[in-house]
Amino acid sequence: MKILVPIKRVVDYNVRVRVKSDGSGVETEGVKMSINPFDEIALEEALRIKEAGKAEEVIVCSIGSKDCQQQLRTGLAMGADRALHVLTDDEVQPLAAARALLKLVEKEDPKIVFLGKQAIDDDCNQTGQMLAALWQRPQATFASKVDLDGEIATVTREVDAGLETLEVDLPAVLTSDLRLNEPRFVKLPDIMKAKRKPLEEIALAELGVDAGPALETTAFEPPPKRAGGRMLESVQELVDELKNKGLL
Amino acid sequence: MTSILIIAQHEDGTLNPATAKTLSGALQVGAEAIDIAVFAEPGSVVAGQAAKLDGVRRVVAVEDAAFKHPTAARLAPEIAALATDYSHVFGPSTTFGKDLMPRAAALLGVNQVSDIQQVIDARTFKRPIYAGNAIVTVRVPDEAIVVATIRSASFAAAPEGGDAAEIDARPAAAEDPGHTRYVRLESGGGDGPDLQTADRVVSGGRALGSAENFQLIYGFAEKMGAAVGASRAAVDAGYVPNELQVGQTGKIIAPELYFAIGISGAIQHLTGIKDAGTIVAINKDAEAPIFEIADYGLVGDLFDVIPELEKLV
Repeated sequence: MKILVPIKRVVDYNVRVRVKSDGSGVETEGVKMSINPFDEIALEEALRIKEAGKAEEVIVCSIGSKDCQQQLRTGLAMGADRALHVLTDDEVQPLAAARALLKLVEKEDPKIVFLGKQAIDDDCNQTGQMLAALWQRPQATFASKVDLDGEIATVTREVDAGLETLEVDLPAVLTSDLRLNEPRFVKLPDIMKAKRKPLEEIALAELGVDAGPALETTAFEPPPKRAGGRMLESVQELVDELKNKGLL
Repeated sequence: MTSILIIAQHEDGTLNPATAKTLSGALQVGAEAIDIAVFAEPGSVVAGQAAKLDGVRRVVAVEDAAFKHPTAARLAPEIAALATDYSHVFGPSTTFGKDLMPRAAALLGVNQVSDIQQVIDARTFKRPIYAGNAIVTVRVPDEAIVVATIRSASFAAAPEGGDAAEIDARPAAAEDPGHTRYVRLESGGGDGPDLQTADRVVSGGRALGSAENFQLIYGFAEKMGAAVGASRAAVDAGYVPNELQVGQTGKIIAPELYFAIGISGAIQHLTGIKDAGTIVAINKDAEAPIFEIADYGLVGDLFDVIPELEKLV
C-alpha cells in the first residue's frame, strides 16, 4: 500500500514572526523556512508504518512555488521514496489545496493520506478534513496513536475531553497531533541520496482545479499587547490585591 | 437575508458552554435569525437546553441513535443539507468544531474562516495566524456561504432568558457511511471544573519537578474551586495528561483569574492565556518572561508560596 504525505513549506517554528510595519503582511524575507512541524510528524509516522512492513511506498507532495522543492528534498532525505510537486506561485487556500490533493489521490490511489493537523503559518486546520469530505472517505484528525490492522486503522485522537478512539476503514485521511512521535534527524548521507530520488513536477493549472471562493485578507496587525502588571513582595500582598479586585 | 445556523456541541446530555459562546459571536453579526442545530440521540434533552438561550429563533433537533457519539463523517452531510437555508454556519472552535466544520465547508464548496476572535461585519472577521503573533482581517466573498469556527476564549457565553425558542424536530437526512466507528473516550483529567470553561484556572509548570509534586497544584486548585492546567513542559515531562495543556498547541482559555505557577512563559503558553482576566505568576526566576504579561508577579519558591497562599485564601 501507498501512503501520501502532503507537506507545507512554512516559516520555521523557531522564528518569531512579525507583522510588517506597513501592515501588508508578515516578514518572511530571509527567514528560515522548514517543513510544517505537524506535517513532519505525519511523515515520520508514515515512514514508521513502512518500516514496520505495513506499507510499500511513502510519497511526499507539496503545493506551491519552486522553493517547496527544498522541503520535498528534506522529506526524501527523511526516507520518503519519491516526491510530487504541484507547482504554483499563487496563494493556495485550504479548499483549493484539498481539491488539488484529491487529484493526486486519484492518480496515486493511496490507502492513507497523512497530513499535519494544521499549518503553523495560517493555523487553518482545514485541509485534511476537506480532502476527506471530497474523497468521501473517513477522517481521523489530531492523532496521537495509530494502529493498522489490514484494512482498518484504529486511531487515538487528542480531543478536549481526553483521548478518543476511532476505528476507520481504509482508505482514510489521518492528521497528526503533536505527540504522535518525534521525527528523526536527517543524516548527511541521506541528504545526498535524496538528490537522486524522483521528484515529479505538475503545474497546478494542469490539474484543472477550481479554487472556489477565496477569502480576501484585507489587513495584518500585530496582536494587542497585554500591559505588564507589577511585582509584589509577599503572599499577603498578593491575597490583598486579589481581594481588592473582587477575585477572592 | 442574513441568517445563521449554529452547530451545537454537547456531551452526556449537556450542552457544551462553547455553544453559548458561539451564539455570542453570531449575535454580533446582526443577523435577522439565528437557529441552533442539535444532533442528538432520540429522547435527548439538549435541544431543550439550547432553546433557552437568549436570541435563538428556533432549534433544529435532528435525532438519530448514531448521534450519541457523532463523527464528522456522519454529521457533515447533515449540516450541508441544513445549510441551504442559511447565509452563515458557525461552530465552536473546540476539537469537536475543528474536526467537523471544515468537512462541512468542503461539501458546501467554500473555505472556512477558522478561529474568529472578532466580528467586524457580516462577512468580515479578525482571526489569529502564526500562533497569535499576527491578527488578520479576512472577508468572505459575497456569493459564498460563510462557514466559520468561533474562538471560545474571545466571546462570553450568551445568557439564557426570555421565552424558549420553538423546537423543530427532524429525522436525519443522510445515511451513516459506516466507515467510521466510535470506540471509546478516555478522560484522565479528574473531577474538577472543565479547563476550557472554568472561571479560575491554576496551572503548573516544569518547576513542579514530578507528578507527585504536581499534587500541590491539584490541592490549591481544589481550594480555589479552579480547574487545573499545565504548561507544555509539564505535560511533556509526564506530570499530567495531555488534555491539561494550556497554550497554542493545547487549550486556549480565558478564565477570570489565572495562576501560572512555576511556568517560565514560553510564547506558545502565553498565546493560550492572553485573553485571561487577571494573570498571577509565581516563579523563582525574576527574569522569567511570564512576568512581562502577568498582572501580579511574585518571585519565590512555589513550594513555600503555595502552602502559604492556601492558608490565606
